Amino acid sequence: MLVSLYRYNPETDNVPYMQDVEVELPEGKDLMVLDVLHMIKEDDVSVAFRRSCREGVCGSDGMNINGMNRLACVTPVSEVVKNNKLVLRPLPGLPVVRDLVVDMSIFYQQYERIQPYLINDNPEPAIERLQSPEDREKLDGLYECILCACCSTACPSFWWNPDKFVGPAGLLQAYRFLADSRDTATAERLDNLDDPFSVFRCRGIMNCVSVCPKGLNPTRAIGHIRTMLMQRTT
Amino acid sequence: MVKSVTNLGRTGAYDWLMQRVSAVVLALYTLFLTGFVLGSSDLDYAQWAGLFDQMWMRIFSLLALISLGIHSWVGLWTVTTDYIKPTALRFVIQAGCGLIMFIYLVWGVEILWGL
Repeated sequence: MLVSLYRYNPETDNVPYMQDVEVELPEGKDLMVLDVLHMIKEDDVSVAFRRSCREGVCGSDGMNINGMNRLACVTPVSEVVKNNKLVLRPLPGLPVVRDLVVDMSIFYQQYERIQPYLINDNPEPAIERLQSPEDREKLDGLYECILCACCSTACPSFWWNPDKFVGPAGLLQAYRFLADSRDTATAERLDNLDDPFSVFRCRGIMNCVSVCPKGLNPTRAIGHIRTMLMQRTT
Repeated sequence: MVKSVTNLGRTGAYDWLMQRVSAVVLALYTLFLTGFVLGSSDLDYAQWAGLFDQMWMRIFSLLALISLGIHSWVGLWTVTTDYIKPTALRFVIQAGCGLIMFIYLVWGVEILWGL
């Protein structure tokens, strides 16, 4: 199989380039894309990519695989290979540090901006803040996000305004805390989102939904935030 | 909270709502006019002038004209803030859009009440 790999080392390369590497896949085994990257790295240690848990939990190895953002560790080669070719590029829209490693600072800044933690001014109870099973259920489909950035870097609105539009990952988390019955900062959170960019720059393209490796639906969460903003201002 | 002074209202919710409300008005106006044209056999100037002679039609037309201005402002503002990054150039293009919309509005009023 031919692997076309995005290479860029700012210390030695003026511009990025695609490097073709021939990889011999073992018979009768369907490898994950991450395994292929490891095989390449065995021959060329200079190839740089992030990885950690290798089972779709840590969110480190988000990359663009044959044109679609995915996690390399949970993407079987058989599912993505086209004409015996695999094209691996870094997540689009973020500055490249080296090869497949991108600088995710702006992604994390947007995450930080939505205050991704429980805010509750009431005195702490002796054991824990309780929640009814129904209220807990409202967090399903929201808390599972692993911040791999596959969604935000697939979103054209985030490409054009990454400094102003929170992006699907950040907004999914924003709604996770807006929907939490134990959180008391709902009004303050909504105040911080009610401008023409933070939430409303979402044009419902839904790339985020089609690429999310965890099967989450940021567009739906954004719709819920929009409804909450509309309900308090109309 | 991202600060912006060039969008239609002061909040994202306001712009979002106005874009949708104006879209509904424009859809109704388009449907009505299409229906009127298709529904009247051998449409002549007298019928057309008669339609626009009525006050409710003038109000409806003015509403559609204002909705067009609102709708295109929100839309073009979004497009220009997406694609035109130099602030001065973006401001000039946005101001140009605003001026054209204002001219069309005044011109439209002139046409509607001048028939």
